[in-house]
Amino acid sequence: MAYVAIKGGRAAIDGAAEAVEFMRAGSTGKEAPLQLDAIEQQLRLLVSRVISEGGLYHPRLASLAIKQFQGDTLEAAFALRAYRSTKPRLLETPPQDTSRMRCIRRISSAFKDIPGGQMLGPTYDYALRLMRLELADETPEHFRAISRRFLAATPEAQLPATFPKVLDALRAEGLLPPVAESREAAFDITREALTFPVPRSAALATLARAETGSLLGIAYSNMRGYGDIHPTVAELRVGYLPVMLPHPVTGETMEAGEVLITECEVVAMYEGNAADGPPTFTLGYGACLGHNETKAISMAILDRALQKGMKDGAANPSEDPEFVLLHVDGVDSMGFCSHYKMPHYVTFQSDMDRLRTTQKKSKERV
Amino acid sequence: MNKILEVRNLGKIYGPGCPQCIDSTGPEADTNLCPHCDSLVAMHGVSFDLFEGEILGIMGESGSGKSTVVNTLYSEQAPSAGEAIFYDPVSAAEGGKSGKQHELFALNAAQQRWLRNHRFGMVYQNPQRGLNFNITAGGNIAERLLMSDLMDYGAIRERAKSLLARTEVLLSRVDDLPKNFSGGMQQRVQIAKALATRPPLLFLDEVTTGLDLSVQARILDLILEIQQELKTSMIVVTHDLGVIRLLTGRAIVMKYGRVIEAGLTDQILEDPQHAYTQRLVASAL
Amino acid sequence: MTSHAYNFGFLDEYAKKEVRRAILKAIAIPGYQVPYASREMPMGRGFGTGGLQLTLALIGPDEIVKVIDQGSDDSVNAVNLRQFIEMTCPGVSTTTCTAECTLLQTRHRIPELPLTAEQIIVLQVPYPDPLVVVESSENKRKTMHGEADYSRLLVKLYEDIVKYDEITISHRYPTRINGHYVIDPSPIPRWDVAKLNNSAALLLFGAGREKKIYAVPPHTRAEPLVFSDVPFRVEDFRDEAGQRRVCARCGCANSFLDEFVGDAGNKTYQCSDSDWCDEQLQRAEQVQGVAA
Repeated sequence: MAYVAIKGGRAAIDGAAEAVEFMRAGSTGKEAPLQLDAIEQQLRLLVSRVISEGGLYHPRLASLAIKQFQGDTLEAAFALRAYRSTKPRLLETPPQDTSRMRCIRRISSAFKDIPGGQMLGPTYDYALRLMRLELADETPEHFRAISRRFLAATPEAQLPATFPKVLDALRAEGLLPPVAESREAAFDITREALTFPVPRSAALATLARAETGSLLGIAYSNMRGYGDIHPTVAELRVGYLPVMLPHPVTGETMEAGEVLITECEVVAMYEGNAADGPPTFTLGYGACLGHNETKAISMAILDRALQKGMKDGAANPSEDPEFVLLHVDGVDSMGFCSHYKMPHYVTFQSDMDRLRTTQKKSKERV
Repeated sequence: MNKILEVRNLGKIYGPGCPQCIDSTGPEADTNLCPHCDSLVAMHGVSFDLFEGEILGIMGESGSGKSTVVNTLYSEQAPSAGEAIFYDPVSAAEGGKSGKQHELFALNAAQQRWLRNHRFGMVYQNPQRGLNFNITAGGNIAERLLMSDLMDYGAIRERAKSLLARTEVLLSRVDDLPKNFSGGMQQRVQIAKALATRPPLLFLDEVTTGLDLSVQARILDLILEIQQELKTSMIVVTHDLGVIRLLTGRAIVMKYGRVIEAGLTDQILEDPQHAYTQRLVASAL
Repeated sequence: MTSHAYNFGFLDEYAKKEVRRAILKAIAIPGYQVPYASREMPMGRGFGTGGLQLTLALIGPDEIVKVIDQGSDDSVNAVNLRQFIEMTCPGVSTTTCTAECTLLQTRHRIPELPLTAEQIIVLQVPYPDPLVVVESSENKRKTMHGEADYSRLLVKLYEDIVKYDEITISHRYPTRINGHYVIDPSPIPRWDVAKLNNSAALLLFGAGREKKIYAVPPHTRAEPLVFSDVPFRVEDFRDEAGQRRVCARCGCANSFLDEFVGDAGNKTYQCSDSDWCDEQLQRAEQVQGVAA
């Protein structure tokens, strides 16, 4: 008698791999493979999302992951993380100064006029979400002409430079608390498990790698009534941040490259704390790799909410550090969700035993 | 008579506190909010002794700090100042020798929890604080017994039933959820739960407030009976002079966080010294 | 893009060392959940990444590894993990034979064959904390564990008996280790709980998603949480007539059985532990051969 067939594993796995590879290639057998350059440039926001959730700045590998996992952002970010697990950490990045960011976009909704001016940059914020049907069959010639035209029309001198930070102006006026100079090393979530209560740096790092949708969902709950942060976006900026690292021999800090990041600072209604001086606005901070504005704003709101929760106790889910930080990671939540597809024969057998026994007893009692 | 509890200079300030807090608050200042730093001086300089088998009353209106006293003694919150020593009376069954002394505010969280589970009992005004509404009445009592390491299901069940019988809860309701009980019945279950481990010291915080008068009277009778039976020492916190008169032998009166009068209950009620107490007694007549 | 060769055991050496330090701490404090920086593995969280990190941190070139899922070497997930170990740990040999292996990674079962002092068993854990059913805050649970305060868990058992005359926890049965910490022994059936007690082999538990490692060291007490007067009951494999069901394949009458429902609604039973079943079958054939 054969062992019951549901356990026949190896052949099934191989078959599944072939089937999914077939889906990648498409059923016509005539498709051209996606080029990584095309993904990196034309699907740049998808790449941004994967980089940010994967927690690894590698646009090329992110593009590969998107190609390999057929556009599934959760899977692609997950592959980046797993890749990272194989690499030793050779160096710790010191804190970076984001005022040195070479902006491609920066706005403030707190002030009409900010030092350096508002710069809309690449955004759909004010575009009508109408289908541009002509893109359905765009010719390569027309497509290539777009960037040539844009670059030709932009004078050299107007290329984006650095901008002063909006918050500095508020701070100079005494509307914000002075920056507390922190000498504590930032908590490294890739080397230490979260043990509550956690320092703010651990919360920020967790939020920065979080899955965009989860973050937005919880932040939204705070915005629309399950919370009372009432934020104003003091500044949202997108740009290339020069990464400064100590030279391996001399120890001198030098620019090692640049990463595209999105940074958001929200200002929330003031809180009176009579003991330590006059009331001031409070701050929420968000920053993540890549161009992810919704994520950065959500993160800033949740940072503010969590600080409030840590201080006064959580009045809403979005203010509860355990609730937020343990449920926003895409790799964790997606993995656990998928695992329910695995066999649970033994535990189910055990469940049935308990149910049958209690059913029997309840019949006996009647 | 042996002393069971000694409380000295107990204080609690909510807020940053400042050097002027104490002088700027209290009955004379007619406030418990410090005008200089907005801190709340919930209690200050509270001292008293409690003896074995005695019921002490703490009387005052809301905001007087009376509940803060028992909350700190039951280690639900830490005081800002003061000390309290619990002289654990060991029963004759356990050898009868004089028990251990515990400096309540020097204990760590685990030691405080041990005392709460084994040697103290607490009955709150709001039964939701003292009972878990999602488990049965019997389960609530079982929880307290399980905390004190009784591990025999049959024995736990028996003890739960006998406690509920003693507090006059119908035995047919032992496996019902307390959220379906009347207010008076909930208080009886709470008392049964507090008594489960036969604690020598029981705190009662406004236990009859909000109940019908007839229900109040029966609960107060029950408390008196239990006290006579078990010789439990009790601290009764209330704003109700009737409760003080019926239950307590000695009482202290609090206003804006300070003790303004202390002594035998009869004396206080017959011949109040402080103007505030005089008004209180006069208004109750 | 260049191809990237992987380190032996996939993880970089620093990561493995970190996991080994957490293991040592877990052994030193039996039943205590040691937090560690769980790495992302190339399979889903919930597919045994915690167990796998333990396995990869412990594995040496002479290791003989066995991987089972639901008791079987041939279930999809077990195959997947075994293939991954073979791919990333060149030179390591794998086996399906319980007696032969030095390192055994498992999901939901402990083999029927008693393990020896030369073997380490790694269990994959979805929920490391038994208190999660009564307290959702990890911060509060930590204090409860520290103070060995399991009264709320025990009240759950009390309420079960009141309501059903029976404790209804089927698997993941809370088990007290060395008289203090109560662990979630992973979703093994109650049948396997006794195997934790005074085991000759080291038992390690890895929760990847929840980032915890804990251990039941060899020859350590492991007692299911029960009342002194209510016996702990394992799964009942007797039929309506009270007769112990046997494996339809090997005839074994003292193993954990999987239940199969045929097209006609008829039920058959087979050993859940596939290696055990094969061994019993072989032995029976040998006896038959001798008899013939």
